[in-house]
Amino acid sequence: MTDIKILSEPLNTEACTRWVMTPDSGGINVFIGTVRNATKGKPVVRLDFEAYVPMALKEMQKIADEAFTRWPLNKILIHHRVGSLSVLDIPVIIAVSAAHRAAAFEACRYIIDTLKQTVPIWKKEVFEDGEIWVAAHP
Amino acid sequence: MAINILAFGIAKEIIGQSVVAVAEADGMSVGALQLLLQNRYPALTRLSSLAIAVNGEYATAGTIIHAGDELAIIPPVSGG
Repeated sequence: MTDIKILSEPLNTEACTRWVMTPDSGGINVFIGTVRNATKGKPVVRLDFEAYVPMALKEMQKIADEAFTRWPLNKILIHHRVGSLSVLDIPVIIAVSAAHRAAAFEACRYIIDTLKQTVPIWKKEVFEDGEIWVAAHP
Repeated sequence: MAINILAFGIAKEIIGQSVVAVAEADGMSVGALQLLLQNRYPALTRLSSLAIAVNGEYATAGTIIHAGDELAIIPPVSGG
């Protein structure tokens, strides 16, 4: 079972964690991505996120489907936020439940790592003196 | 008939708008479309990658574009 969303309002860590809980799960793994205050020592003012929403949802579903084939999991939740985010805000939550913790840990890491590689979502780092689309240039 | 292509992230900034019309796209391959876009907007050649999505799926260079397809320019992604 999956819950995959792209949202423009703040993500709810508590609700996401509760959603993946099932009676037959012995472990929940939650990854929370947060906006860091600096990149390579340079203070970050904010991050602007945008997504190609229909494709991003499809790509996130593919990642979840693949995780279900690789590990014995109960539920997967992927919530990603778009819009303008400040330091300490939460752009992404991945929550995974499984009977045993190893599968939950490994799947959670696989999902966030793959999301960063394939899902059409972009972030622009805004500094005091300029801005950069992350990963755009070699 | 011109085909509209969606542009996101830095590609949108380089092109200067979120939709670009390519008159000759119908019947063209994705690889040819990439070259056409790079010729029209040379700054696209400096990106780490430049993918094209056809109907919401990453397309290979040989994919043929048809009128009615939803096309999108996908610069390097950076979610999370």
